[in-house]
Amino acid sequence: MAQVQVTGITKYFGEVKVLDNVNLATRKHEFLVLLGPSGCGKTTLLRIIAGLERPTRGEVLIGGREVTGLPPRARNIAMVFQSYALYPHMTVFENISFPLRTQNMNRDAIQEKVAWAAGLFGIDRLLERKPRELSGGERQRVALARAIVRMPTVFLLDEPLSNLDAKLRASAREELQTFQKRIGITTIYVTHDQVEAMGLGNRIVVMDQGRVRQIGTPLQVYWEPADTFVATFVGSPPMNLVEQGEVLMGFRPEDFLPIEGREEEDVERFQFEVTWVENLGAERLVYGNMAFQSRNGRVVSRLAPNIRVSLEAGKTYIFAVPRLGIKLFDRNTGMLLRRVSGVGG
Amino acid sequence: MEGVEQAPVFSLRYVWEQERLLATVMIAPAVLYVVALIGFPFVLAIVYSLSDATTGDPALRLVGLRTFGLVLRDPVFLKALQNTFVFTLASQVLVLVLAKILALVLMEDFPGKRLVRFLILLPWTAPISLSAIGWLWIFDSVFSPIDWIARSLGLLGGPEALLGSEPNLYWLGRPFLAMASVILVQTWRILPLATVILLAGLTAIPRDILDAAQVDGAGFWRRLFQVIMPMLLPVMSIAFLFGFVFTFTDMTVVYVLTRGGPVNSTQVLASWAFFKGIEAGDLAQGAAVALFFFPALAGVTTLILLVARRAEVS
Ligand SMILES: Nc1ncnc2c1ncn2[C@@H]1O[C@H](COP(=O)(O)OP(=O)(O)O)[C@@H](O)[C@H]1O
Ligand SMILES: [Mg+2]
Repeated sequence: MAQVQVTGITKYFGEVKVLDNVNLATRKHEFLVLLGPSGCGKTTLLRIIAGLERPTRGEVLIGGREVTGLPPRARNIAMVFQSYALYPHMTVFENISFPLRTQNMNRDAIQEKVAWAAGLFGIDRLLERKPRELSGGERQRVALARAIVRMPTVFLLDEPLSNLDAKLRASAREELQTFQKRIGITTIYVTHDQVEAMGLGNRIVVMDQGRVRQIGTPLQVYWEPADTFVATFVGSPPMNLVEQGEVLMGFRPEDFLPIEGREEEDVERFQFEVTWVENLGAERLVYGNMAFQSRNGRVVSRLAPNIRVSLEAGKTYIFAVPRLGIKLFDRNTGMLLRRVSGVGG
Repeated sequence: MEGVEQAPVFSLRYVWEQERLLATVMIAPAVLYVVALIGFPFVLAIVYSLSDATTGDPALRLVGLRTFGLVLRDPVFLKALQNTFVFTLASQVLVLVLAKILALVLMEDFPGKRLVRFLILLPWTAPISLSAIGWLWIFDSVFSPIDWIARSLGLLGGPEALLGSEPNLYWLGRPFLAMASVILVQTWRILPLATVILLAGLTAIPRDILDAAQVDGAGFWRRLFQVIMPMLLPVMSIAFLFGFVFTFTDMTVVYVLTRGGPVNSTQVLASWAFFKGIEAGDLAQGAAVALFFFPALAGVTTLILLVARRAEVS
């Protein structure tokens, strides 16, 4: 049974359609990531699941029970806000215990649960402090502890790492995942950062302009993007797209490599005119044009450091893509076309 | 070369860069204002209160604390002191409660919200002496519309009626009702400002925090008392302070509605100082009565600023 299921969710703010017929269902113990650019409706969808916003159309089911019209407190969900939303006038202890106090739990049980949640995130020694006396990382842990303390059915997280600096973010990501595995609570995690999504999610829901573009595992989303939006949103640098008659041909930069030493593989060859080489240490990014293309032929190749071929701007080389790495998209709709063999080049 | 580098001593630029001089010049008007309009009358009041000056004989003969002795032995003064606290506290508590409710209502989205906001602010824009005349009619001993409604509901004027068998309540003619009337009008008068202050405070509470409280399972009352009120405490204490100081020292409503009557039952310090000092011409006693504002207001102000500060720091 799906812990969270939303069917046909459409949401208007006034005249503006912010969500358009969104359907998704989480699996038990799953870490589901909602990924999409800023403004695509991720927060709105999360708020609808939490009950903070009412959908214009559609239904929300939590644990198999329809909760569409119910207020947040009737849903037993927990949410971590992007701003953390800690209560500024309460100590850390009072913050974490707040969801328990609303259930009129007795004092001893509250003590015990707060100690457990605080221990889980290593913030035991901060319990007497006020939020203003905490660092960004500590606040984030308090917010997580407050969310987890009453063991909700579902855990909703809205860009919880975006206020941390890059270094903290990496370790917080790791902790978050270990913690979720240990507790096993179904989690919906919102982010606009595709690296975060790829690293954290059991499955990723890619959204754009209020619509779900694809739901799949990180590998599916990366290697079998459902359309050109997903192809170019996921991956850095994104998938190359070049026009070829009625279709768009797509391939990943790391699949687009010099021909040397790969002659016997099943590959498609291209003339590649290099315009610029960017050496980033761990990899080289090579920018240039497909020779057969007059327009929209700019592509990029990503070379691992073990590929030592020397490449110079201004010269043309033979590059190749494995046939399996080539995706074809409809030029008008952007949708992935089923595999067609024999791509001319 | 030397001459070029050294600026002429009295160039405009040189004066401009003398920060101390500039600061003194810029702050001077404010200091002058405070000295002329607050400091001077304050000192004058102290001097008068230590004399026996009257409007008929304004010559200053210092008589020490004798005037204070006279004032303190006057039963009307003690009544006025007590009334001032009743009048101020009752109206300000009412204002806070009502303003809080109004502000919460105005935070919600509903059709006609702008119109309601406008209507609530209206009393603030009308001159009080003008609107008090409206209230005079509402509390009129014969034509009071409140009495009229009560009569037509059978609550007043009949032999068995709840509010008495007389045809009218005589709002301004009975001590208790007169006090209730001036409190009501003062409440009505301060309410708009307090509402706007609280509304600003409410708007400043991040939506995420209110949402978090909902998700954490808090119902309306718990959100109100455990999240909104504590976060609003600094703003509420400032609103209370404004209303308190304003009401404590004000005599307009009393003067227009009851002139302190009946039999001084709505007399407050401000009106009593006015009647004594100006209308009866006893400058010394008037000044002495007015000086009683000082310790009361200083005390209340300190207390409330401390509360606001504590709420902010902790
Ligand atoms: N309360 C609201 N009223 C009107 N428009 C809103 C409201 N909340 C969000 N929006 C609009 O809905 C769109 C989606 O917002 P949001 O769900 O916050 O996007 P995301 O979280 O993906 O960045 C945005 O264009 C935003 O401006
Ligand atoms: Mg968002």
